[in-house]
Order: sequence, then C-alpha cells, then structure tokens
Amino acid sequence: MSQSNGMTNLLWLQGASCGGCTMSILESGSSGWFDELRQFGINLLWHPSVSEETGEEAAEVLNSVREGRVPLDLLLLEGSVARGPNDSGRFNMLAGTGRSIYHWMLDLAPRADYVVAVGSCAAYGGVPAAGANPTDAVGLQFEGADAGGALGAGFRSRLGLPVINVAGCAPHPGWMMETILALTSKDLSATDLDTYGRPKFVANHLAHHGCSRNEFYEFKASAETMSERGCLMEHLGCKATQAVGDCNQRSWNGGGSCTKGGYACIACTSPGFEDAQNFLETAKLAGIPVGLPTDMPKAWFVALAALSKSATPRRVRLNATADHVVVPPGRTTAKRTP
Amino acid sequence: MTRITIGPFNRVEGDLEVRLDVESGRVQRAEVTAPLYRGFEQILEGRPPLDALVLAPRICGICSVSQSVAAAAALRHAMGTEAAPNGLLATNIAHAAENAADHLTHFYIFFMPDFAREAYASQDWYQETRERFAATRGSAARDALPARARLLETMGIIAGKWPHSLAFQPGGATRAIELGERVRLLSIVTSFRTFLERTVFADTLENMLSLSTADELDRWRAGRSGDFAHFLRLADSLALSELGKGPGVLMSYGAYQGADCGLFPRGIVGPDMVVEPLPLSQISEDVSHAWMRDCSSDPAHSNTVPDPDKAGAYSWCKAPRLSGQPVEVGAIARQTVAGQALIADLVAPSGTNVRNRVIARLIETARIALAMEQWTRALRLSEPFCAPSQEMPDGAYVGLVEAARGSLGHWVAVRGGKIERYQIIAPTTWNFSPRDSLGVAGPLEQALVGTDVGEAGARSVAVQHVVRSFDPCMVCTAH
Ligand code: SF4
Ligand code: SF4
Repeated sequence: MSQSNGMTNLLWLQGASCGGCTMSILESGSSGWFDELRQFGINLLWHPSVSEETGEEAAEVLNSVREGRVPLDLLLLEGSVARGPNDSGRFNMLAGTGRSIYHWMLDLAPRADYVVAVGSCAAYGGVPAAGANPTDAVGLQFEGADAGGALGAGFRSRLGLPVINVAGCAPHPGWMMETILALTSKDLSATDLDTYGRPKFVANHLAHHGCSRNEFYEFKASAETMSERGCLMEHLGCKATQAVGDCNQRSWNGGGSCTKGGYACIACTSPGFEDAQNFLETAKLAGIPVGLPTDMPKAWFVALAALSKSATPRRVRLNATADHVVVPPGRTTAKRTP
Repeated sequence: MTRITIGPFNRVEGDLEVRLDVESGRVQRAEVTAPLYRGFEQILEGRPPLDALVLAPRICGICSVSQSVAAAAALRHAMGTEAAPNGLLATNIAHAAENAADHLTHFYIFFMPDFAREAYASQDWYQETRERFAATRGSAARDALPARARLLETMGIIAGKWPHSLAFQPGGATRAIELGERVRLLSIVTSFRTFLERTVFADTLENMLSLSTADELDRWRAGRSGDFAHFLRLADSLALSELGKGPGVLMSYGAYQGADCGLFPRGIVGPDMVVEPLPLSQISEDVSHAWMRDCSSDPAHSNTVPDPDKAGAYSWCKAPRLSGQPVEVGAIARQTVAGQALIADLVAPSGTNVRNRVIARLIETARIALAMEQWTRALRLSEPFCAPSQEMPDGAYVGLVEAARGSLGHWVAVRGGKIERYQIIAPTTWNFSPRDSLGVAGPLEQALVGTDVGEAGARSVAVQHVVRSFDPCMVCTAH
C-alpha cells in the first residue's frame, strides 16, 4: 500500500448525499472518530464536513491527489453520482473547482488503492435515483442492481478491487469503520465481497437475525397497527427476512434497531430499495405476503405459518397486538385457548 | 472591483459556493450558490403520501428528525387526526436531542476551528485556542464527539436509529416507552446536562438561563473557564458583534408540539423588537435567480422543475420571501421571538450578527436540555404512543416545524391518494436565498456586504465566520 510517513491517506468526498453517512460515522470511537482514525495510523487527507482546509487550500489537496503528487490509499464517496444534466454532472458541482463530482470521481478513483462507496447512494444510487431519477443519479459501480454506474463495471482500483459497497441508509458506523480498518490492514480481498460488492461480514447476515420480535415471527403473531409489539412482517411491511445486515445483532445508537424502534425494515442495504412504495404496509397476494424469505419454498412457508399460528401461546398472541406487555412470561395453569 | 469565488466551502453541511465582489478590501456584493440539486420534490410526486416519511427525511442526515416531523405534521393535517400525546412527547425528546446534537456539532466541529487557523497566529489567545479547537486535532473534539454520541442514544430508545428513522408518524411515535427506558432516557439527559455544565458553560444551566442582560453576561464571563466563555472572549477580541449583520426581520414557526409542550412560540420580530403574528399566507418563493422554471410563487401550488441553462440564475436554491421580504431564521430568531431575555437584550441594540447567533444557539441548547428532562418525566407510560392512521382526502396541507437551523415547512397536495405536489422550504433556503425578481439579496448575501477581507481576499477568515455563523445546511437548501 502506498503510504506517506507510514500513514494511510484517506480522502472522503460527498456527492449527491444528505450528509447522513458522515453524521453516522461521527458516532464511532469511544474518544471520537478523529482519535480513532489516528489510533490506526489513518491520515484524513480531507473531509468536507470536518477538515480545516477550505476553499483553494482544499482544492489544492484534491489537485495534489489528482496529479499524483500525494498518494491515495482510500478514496471514499458518500452520496450518489449525479451524472445529469446530459452527462455534464452539473447537478452536483464541487464548489470552487468548476468541475462536477462526477468528473472528480472519474479522475480520482484510478489513483486510489481502494475505492469505497459509503452508503446506499454511493453504492447503488439510493434515494436520489428514486422514481424518475431527475439528476441521473447512479452509484459508483452500480446503477440499482445492475453493474455499471459512474465508474463502469470493469473498474478496478489500483490494488485490483472493485468498489467496496458499504450499503445502508445510513450505514452503521461500525460497518464503515470495520471496512476502513480491514482495508488499512489489507485484510479485505475480493472474496470478502458479495455479488453487490458488500462486505460479507455484514452481508452474510439478515436484518431479521436477532430481532427482538423473533418470538412473534415464530408464531406468526403479528402487529396490526403501528406501535404494537408483534412481528412486522405480515401486515406492516417488514423486509428484514430478505434484507442483508446485522442490524439486530449490533446496537444502533446505544441499543436500537429499526424493528426494535417499532417500524419495518425497508431493506435500505439493498440496491433499489428506494423504488418500493407503501414501505410500512405488506404487499400481499391472496392474503399471503409477496416478499417471503427468499430461500424458503412458498408452500412450506404457508403451511408452517398456519401450523405455528394454531400453536401460538396466549401470551404471544395477546402481546402481539398490544403496545405494552399485557401478559408477562410465566407458567400457565389454564388450558390454552385456540 | 475584483471578483473572488470561494469553494469548496467546507465545515458546513453540504455544498456551498460564495462569490464576492471586493473593492478596497471590503465586500460590495455577494452571491451565494447552492451547487447541488437532487430533486426530492420531483421524486415525491405521484407516490403514496406516507412514502414521504421514508423519502423526505433523506433530504438531510443532520436534521432528518426535523424533516420527519415536518412530513408527519403535514400528513397528520391531511388525515385530520390528533396524535397520541405520548407520541408527541417522545417526538419532542428525539427532536430536541437532534437539535442539541446539531448545535454541539456546529459549535465544536464546524464553527470554532476557524479561530484555530494560522491567520490568528499573532493573537495572544492563539495557542490555547489551537490546542482546544483545531479541526480534527483539538482536544475539544475528543470531548464533544463522545458527548454527542451519548446524547444520540436517545434515538436508539425512541427512534430505533439515527439518522433516518421511521418512528415519527402522523399518529405519534412507533414504540411505547417502558419504565426502564424512561430511566435510561433520563440518564442520557443527565449526562448531557453534565457535559454542558462542565465543559461548555462551566456553570449550572439554571445560572446560565438566569443571565438576562449583556452586562450580566460580561460579568459572568470574567475569569470563567469553559468553552462558551472562551468564545465570548474571542468574540470581543475580534468584534464579532459587528460582523455579519442580518436583514432585520426574524421568523419562527414555533418549536415542539403538543397541548402543553409547545416550547417556543410562533411569530416574527423586526428591529423594533415587537413580536407580531406570522402571516403564513404571505410566504412565497421566487425563482428569478434559481435554475428553476417559473411556477406559482405559493408553495402550496408550485412545482420544482430544473432549468439548468436559465440566464441570470446562479443557484439551485429558490428565494423564499415573507410579505416580499427576506427574513432570517434560526436559534437567534426562535429565541428572540420567544422573548428569551438575554438574547433579546443582545439583539435589541446590535441585531443579528456572528456573536449573537452563536450565543443564541448555546442558550437554546441549555433550554432544550431542561425541556427534554421535563418531557421525559411527563410520559404517561401506560397510555398509547400512536393513534391509527386515517385516509387522506384530496387537498393541500402544510407541516411547519423548527429545525436547529430555523423554520422548516413541508407543503403537500394530495389527490386521489397520491402526492400531487410536494414543496419544502428549509431554514437555509431562507438564510442562503439568492436574489429575488426585485434584485433584493438573501440574508447571507446581505450579511456579507461590508465584510472587511483586507489583503486576504478569498482566504479571509471573516467571511468564514459570517457564513458559518448561520450554521448552513446546504443539502436541505435546494434538496
Ligand atoms: S446513503 Fe442515506 S444517509 Fe448516506 S448520503 Fe445517501 S441518503 Fe444520506
Ligand atoms: S419484525 Fe421483521 S425482523 Fe423482526 S421478526 Fe418480524 S420479520 Fe423478522
């Protein structure tokens, strides 16, 4: 890895982003993200939200990388690449430089040892690419689920890797830092990425794993309206059985997760999640949810659901449609009522 | 006359370019450009209305709860329902946590590092300031970031995660808080109070809020440690109360919701310091200098259609006006409209400026920390947190809230169960507005005029102070 003074040079830019990925990573590190970076020998060359260099000094940092005067280990982009209008990139100019982020990325990406797309916008296009996609927004190496994007499907960074997609909207600060650190220590190789370029240490799990509502899921004891405690899959749109992420196995903001927060997983780690509609309602066909777990035959699912529903303990059934625990766990002496 | 372009303008949220015409070292004219357009309003058209709760918050990752709460308020209005009171309290707590986190992030990460720049190397306060506030290296960041992360644990309990949560619904909030969680919330709020009292103010919040005049603030400051007192000394040394004067009219939509929890009132206030009712119907948007096609100036009836080649345009930001005038929004407007004694005493003689904006933000932080404590105690744990959603009849609806940076409005028109139009006017849209069709400059454009840039030109730190004193959020601005 090209290093200056033994440090890893990291450059973080923002394209058509909301800044949320940055806001999320600022929660990383017990003594703050800046300290954490230093502890691992990472030199933040420039970051638009936090760096001292501004205006022409900042432009000079970018030019020094573009012209190869300063080696670049990690290039991170947060936000989608707005290619419009007409491939000019003018919907997203990098202020003061007269160049669009699109063109800056085309120049900078080949200079970097590794290129990381931070968040679903940079990975696949994300919310700016929703609907009619007014700005022709794409990800760095994907356009939705299709390989391509701003850099093209064939792009490889200097050390031979495709763009590493830390998907999520916003991604967990841990996903971002663990990816950065695994790259810094050269621990992450092409085989550690799934077919959508996501690190497998995140993508080998489902958001459903470890959900606090798993007991309700087992019995198909479902919440019917918002703020009830039951499983959110049958009526309230939960896609966590199809969406990758260890969301429910690690804590968000000191103990949360979407489903713990009382609302459905909207599959924000998946390409194209933004084009779904009615996010908190389950799409159904003949009363059966359309989006069943991908690796389970539908007939089995339906049969098991019917069976488990008939075996639902009273406690689970009643708690599912309450916003507080109405029946606490405990030995029941009464006969189960079906 | 020389024209200078400043960008990338960093340590703000999002993308910003500033162009200045300078003569004899003074700014004569300023043009403010929002160089990023994403098209959220276009993306929302034709969608089911509740989808706004997923998409609209993603306008901004720094005030996503504000965006959620504005969207939820507009949709609640469309449903004609009442939210569960607990849901509004929980929303207030989370919203206050976001706003307080924003004020902290602004002070420590975006704003103060400018005083640690080389340009001030000759000042007697430089060494101390550099050690404390240097961007990414100063000791203050090591204190502030963990305090911010701890405060945002509020979100883990109420909102599942931050940024971008779906917990804020027209009917309230999506999860009921249990007793243990209430205690955890109180302990988070207490940690935050401790951080404010030890590190920011070096005094109790009650003492801070009892200061009611500029003189009292001066006496309080003498010999005091803490980052706020440090800022006040810098502000004096650099005459920041004479820098970056705003346009004179201040507006607040009123902040935090619920029968007895509205904390800061709605209103406008001019140089005479008399608070007047806000004429909501007088809000308009002008696109004469925006890369946007002409449309109705009434946000309830307008669309957003980009026109990138439009002559005379220089920003993706539209120009909002109240009764035809540019107005300033933000903590300083909120606290002046609310009649906060100290802020009113500072604003009365000198209006809005770099110093007063920063003071207002920190005083507001103390106020909302106390409010968070009260709201948390006021939750009635056995009662519902969310009322059911209802059908949304055709019509035009509005949701108005205060984000950290000021007044935020979502205007939604529903037809046949779909969003027909969606218009957003964000705080920085007001503050960083371009000129209107009469050639009247936006608030920042006015505030920059007269700034002494001396020999430094584009490298002038004074310009950086003026711009950052507004705590601009550019991703919200053009959205
Ligand atoms: S991925 Fe989500 S959080 Fe990150 S920039 Fe995009 S919208 Fe914001
Ligand atoms: S709510 Fe979603 S993540 Fe939780 S158990 Fe049900 S399907 Fe799984």
